[in-house]
Amino acid sequence: MTSTPSFSESITSEGVLDRITALRAPKKLRALELALIIFAFAITAAGVVIVDLTVLDQIGTALVPSGLAFMGAVLVLHFVVRAVATDADPLLIPLATVLSGLGVVQIYRIDVAYKSTGWQATSVRQLVWLTIAVLVASAILLIIRNHMYLFKYTYLTGLGALVLLILPMLPGIGREKHGARVWIEIGEYISFQPGEIAKILLSIFFAGYLIGNREALSMAGKKILGIVFPRGRDLGPLLVFWLASMSVLIFQRDLGTSLLYFGLFLSMLYVATGRTGWLVLGIGLFLFGGIAASQMFDYVNNRFQNWLHPFADPLGTGYQMVQGLFGLANGGIFGTGLGSGFPQDTPLSQSDYILSSLGEELGLIGLFMVLLTYLLLVGRGLRIGFAGQDNFGKLLSVGLAFSLGLQVFIVLGGITRVIPLTGLTAPFMAAGGSSLVSNWIIIALLLRLSNAVRNRPKLVIRA
Amino acid sequence: MNKQLKILSRTIFFMFIVLFAAVTTIQVVQADELRANPLNQRTTMNAFRVERGPILAQGTPITQSLPSDDEFLFQRDYPYGPVYAPATGFFSHYQGLTGVESAMNNELSGIGNTQFITRFMRIITGEKPQGSAVELTLNKAVQETAYEAMQGYEGAVVAIDPRDGKILAMVSTPSFDPNALSSNDDLEIIENHRNLEQDPAKPLTNRAIAGDLYHPGSTYKLITAAAALESGKFKPDSEFENELAFTLPNSTAKIENFAQIKCGPDEKVTLETAIVLSCNVPIAEMATQMDENVIPNMAKAFGFEKDLNIPLPVTPSVAPIPMDKAEAAISSIGQLDVRTTPMQMAMVSAGIANGGAVMKPQLINQVIAPNLNVEKSFEAELLNQAVSAETAKQLTDMMVKGVNTAEGAAAMAKIDGVTVAGKTGTAENGLDSQGEPLPYTIWFTGFAPAENPTVAIAVVIEDGGGATHDFVGTSFEIPTYIGKQVMEAVLNQ
Repeated sequence: MTSTPSFSESITSEGVLDRITALRAPKKLRALELALIIFAFAITAAGVVIVDLTVLDQIGTALVPSGLAFMGAVLVLHFVVRAVATDADPLLIPLATVLSGLGVVQIYRIDVAYKSTGWQATSVRQLVWLTIAVLVASAILLIIRNHMYLFKYTYLTGLGALVLLILPMLPGIGREKHGARVWIEIGEYISFQPGEIAKILLSIFFAGYLIGNREALSMAGKKILGIVFPRGRDLGPLLVFWLASMSVLIFQRDLGTSLLYFGLFLSMLYVATGRTGWLVLGIGLFLFGGIAASQMFDYVNNRFQNWLHPFADPLGTGYQMVQGLFGLANGGIFGTGLGSGFPQDTPLSQSDYILSSLGEELGLIGLFMVLLTYLLLVGRGLRIGFAGQDNFGKLLSVGLAFSLGLQVFIVLGGITRVIPLTGLTAPFMAAGGSSLVSNWIIIALLLRLSNAVRNRPKLVIRA
Repeated sequence: MNKQLKILSRTIFFMFIVLFAAVTTIQVVQADELRANPLNQRTTMNAFRVERGPILAQGTPITQSLPSDDEFLFQRDYPYGPVYAPATGFFSHYQGLTGVESAMNNELSGIGNTQFITRFMRIITGEKPQGSAVELTLNKAVQETAYEAMQGYEGAVVAIDPRDGKILAMVSTPSFDPNALSSNDDLEIIENHRNLEQDPAKPLTNRAIAGDLYHPGSTYKLITAAAALESGKFKPDSEFENELAFTLPNSTAKIENFAQIKCGPDEKVTLETAIVLSCNVPIAEMATQMDENVIPNMAKAFGFEKDLNIPLPVTPSVAPIPMDKAEAAISSIGQLDVRTTPMQMAMVSAGIANGGAVMKPQLINQVIAPNLNVEKSFEAELLNQAVSAETAKQLTDMMVKGVNTAEGAAAMAKIDGVTVAGKTGTAENGLDSQGEPLPYTIWFTGFAPAENPTVAIAVVIEDGGGATHDFVGTSFEIPTYIGKQVMEAVLNQ
């Protein structure tokens, strides 16, 4: 048949009916979500039991109270979703839960090696922070009923991000840890990395700003080597943000965060405008800035030297890198098994090097599973971007998802010497409250955005 | 916007592919290399978790793992203490591994590549991991005789079976007790290790293969003679003027014979007599009549300058090409820049004993899995045909006369009923800060029985035998007599 079917034929044709396959079925989605959450709990609990049996030969109860609190919080989030975001993506919470849970298992295993117990145990504190983080995520979901609400405050969130970035530089509350000045400390017990929250505010600001200004930024300029570069007068925002990233690098001495922010900005700029020229300019500027910094600042240069020659000073500056590599090698394909490796020998094995610790005990197979979980999570975020109806929502979900993926790349790429080692932490897994809160807020926002995608039409037409 | 989204999604996917590739590179491709890195504490600690295989000599454990009540489950035990220490090395948490414990670590701890399948099966069956046994080529009687004979001296003994390169004895004294470094008490190990390391007698150094290289002195004349005979220009009866001293070309410096006497009563002296009586003057004169590179090349043919793993790494001996005739003359009697290990000199004798064929010395006889499967067994390996069988025969005759003539330098090595071949050496070590000569390094190397050799040996003693001999003990006595005892231990079996 070569003739096109008439309209009356096409509306009754099997073709269209076939494509209207996915009927909205919120109840099914939520039931799937609950089942997967329980599965994630089971994986986590099994991990803790394996550590107990391998190392201590008995099942401990140290993590029971905080563990139950975390599980309770996840269930609270699940029921909040049932109430206010019935059509949200059902995989987001289970994926984030299993990553958080595996992180706790590995942190707990290292606690056991360090013989830390009670409040000294990083795993207990991690679970408490997780509880807080998930409850914060639930609250965000309750408060923000429509993501367009965020669009209204584009410039306010931009200002907020700026304030958060400057906070650690203020005398009195700013504090330096492991060479990077990215912490604030209020009193003796409360310390926080405001840059983690700034990541989210920046995504919102970029999305709002780029949607408002994409026309101007898409204006074509000169064409060089087949790539259309933007006009000189439109370079302002790129230069401003490049300078901002560079000041993070120089003043806060944090290469990872600098790279993350700039990568986030650049990718969102590209998605909004479709101009490859921006990418070329941006990457060029960042490389230039990075290489210049490595010539001017010892700490950046050290990072570069360790990256290129980790065995030049294996007991000094290269120690962490070398121990991480030894750990991964010790794990091999199958891993040593939980409790049978020596992840505790690597510095920062519970935070920056959590992926190396996992790679040692769960092996290549375990690390692949974790990476696939991350990839699935990022993929869910990108899906929202593809399916979204409004540009702000699309761009925001892409920004959030990309920031997660880029962060995983920077962290594991640093450990495996794909790129220089930076101080970033693996989302959801690494020990550290600020990072957990910010990443669970991302989950809340993605839940909200995915809900908006699905609840518009009563029938979903598959592309 | 969706077009850009697609490209961005692909970019993220690509970034993850890069991560998958990077992780695979480290955990699979480079894993073995990283595990073998000497800085890798994890390898040592893993080894502590398994029932490490024993090290055997003729079926008897000389190193074994005994059950212990602590977290490590096992404790390494060396029943013979210092006797086998140069071969076995030690196995400690904090100071790493040495010797066979290090060189055969993968086999002993069951983590070698050949054991991959077994290891994987263990993950499934939950069976406790166990390492393989490593049997050495060492002969208990020979090793123990050599160790006893060397008491009181700083030096080393190496005995090789010249026919296949099996190392029958490897002794270095003073030795150390590996038990002191292999307990499960870290502080004790660190303390003991520090004491051993600071001991001026350097007990941790394996002088047989890895100490400071020694001047070979007159034992090197075997190589000089081999080079001369192989060149075709000289024969055992080639004659040289019997002078009191040899003036070095373009110099006023002179080389004299030991004890500043002539080489025998005759007017002329043959090459053979020069070797038998160990005279410097005719040998130096002969060396100046050959090209400078001929003798170093012969040394290389016997294994000098070669990286050798038995599987413990043997420091390569050195024989650089002399700059001029004067240097060639001094080098020809094993001085100047010629330096060697006892293992290398034993290989020289073994090569001569085996018709010129130098067999690769080896210390591992076999590797036996816990299920008694032989995973690796000894295979003799030819290192090099250093000289022709005829040259080897001529050299053997000279060495036999060195032992069996009344005035021969190595006469103390004589064993009743057996023809022994031997050569002594006394190496000068320069002057001390007061301008007095430093004590000599004294040598014996040889083999027996000359007609059908079963053992080749090298003995080195530092500082002229040390304080008990007033630092002036001679090669004719101390090392030669020790060499005789060790060869007897082999022949008596």
